[in-house]
Amino acid sequence: MSQQHLEYVLRLGDNALILGQRLSEWCGRAPVIEEDLALANMALDLIGQARLLLTHAGKLEGQGRDEDQLAFLRVERDYRNVTLAELPNHDFGRTTVRNFLFSAFQVLLWERLARSTDTELAAIAAKSLKEARYHLNHAAEWVIRLGDGTAESQRRTQAALDHLWPYTAELFSADAADDAVAAAGIGPAWRELEAGWRASVRPVLEEATLTVPADTPFRSQGRLGRHSEHMGHLLATLQYMQRTYPGAQW
Amino acid sequence: MLTEARAWAALDAVPDPEVPVVSVVELGIVRELHCRPEGVTVVVTPTYSGCPATEVIGDTIRAALHAAGAGEVDLQTRLDPAWTSDWIGEAAREKLRAYGIVPPSGKAAVGGAQPIRFVKRRLTCPRCGSEDTERLSEFGSTACKSTWRCKACLEPFEYFKPI
Repeated sequence: MSQQHLEYVLRLGDNALILGQRLSEWCGRAPVIEEDLALANMALDLIGQARLLLTHAGKLEGQGRDEDQLAFLRVERDYRNVTLAELPNHDFGRTTVRNFLFSAFQVLLWERLARSTDTELAAIAAKSLKEARYHLNHAAEWVIRLGDGTAESQRRTQAALDHLWPYTAELFSADAADDAVAAAGIGPAWRELEAGWRASVRPVLEEATLTVPADTPFRSQGRLGRHSEHMGHLLATLQYMQRTYPGAQW
Repeated sequence: MLTEARAWAALDAVPDPEVPVVSVVELGIVRELHCRPEGVTVVVTPTYSGCPATEVIGDTIRAALHAAGAGEVDLQTRLDPAWTSDWIGEAAREKLRAYGIVPPSGKAAVGGAQPIRFVKRRLTCPRCGSEDTERLSEFGSTACKSTWRCKACLEPFEYFKPI
């Protein structure tokens, strides 16, 4: 059980870490200053959540690894984030659609985890839930504005949704760790969140005049450590400083 | 030995680094304080998971307690219960308004049944008092604030988000 518990917390922590890293790439580059600030603030929230979760994972592991060692010194295959989190930002539309699809999932997840039998995880979830609600609110407003906007913004937003949608299937794919964690009352099995997630995203996509893509058999497997070709590049940036100057602090 | 009243007074002089018009006590992030002959234990809770001010706040709290004669300072972080803007006191809310930041309105969504998306708030401009205002962004110079504009006096202002 403890191995599966650790695996579950690592998956949560890595989702936050990797998407936080992606969003931070927008800093200084967003289309308007309000969005530059918003994206940087959401990145900070996610990295803050990742710090708490990876610290907790390090304690569960019991090998003396702290948040920094877990964040900066693992090899690619040991990262447990879903592939959706690591995909490149592309344009503002795709970044926004990903934030929307992901934060809708996170809100449901944190609501459930706030009642976890793992009290540390429950405390992190109760805190993160407050933040994720603002992320979802912000992204949903933008999805509507872009989808129900100009012909160009509609085209780009639909393209973003079509591109990202197949990767959302991974959010709800279960494995043995998942079932064990659910049985122990630590957290929900991912598939338990699917109906609620669809009910949450669909009205917003409809209001945005977007077409919900058909489901496909494609299953990305980042959560199992099998990442896309983009992950190595992301880690090269993320890990550069600690790999070059091990233990560096400032 | 430092008395608890003096220790609280020392902390009430520690400003929040991002919103210096209120102290860390007024913000509600100092949850507990215990004085012992050898030192002080102080329990704080972060406002946001990624708040970059957290470490500065910790350092400033330690320095303030040392300066007040606390001896050893044991600074602990506690996540549960999660910080809520409901803990900002009435006096501090008025200080925020005078500073140009509209304080959080109503109660934060306890229990969380309310989707924020469908709550349409109307804020009163902290400079001219007009209600003809609009939100520019859900986020501002810090995660805890959103950015607004008054359409009457045309001045931008910030809103401390209920959380």
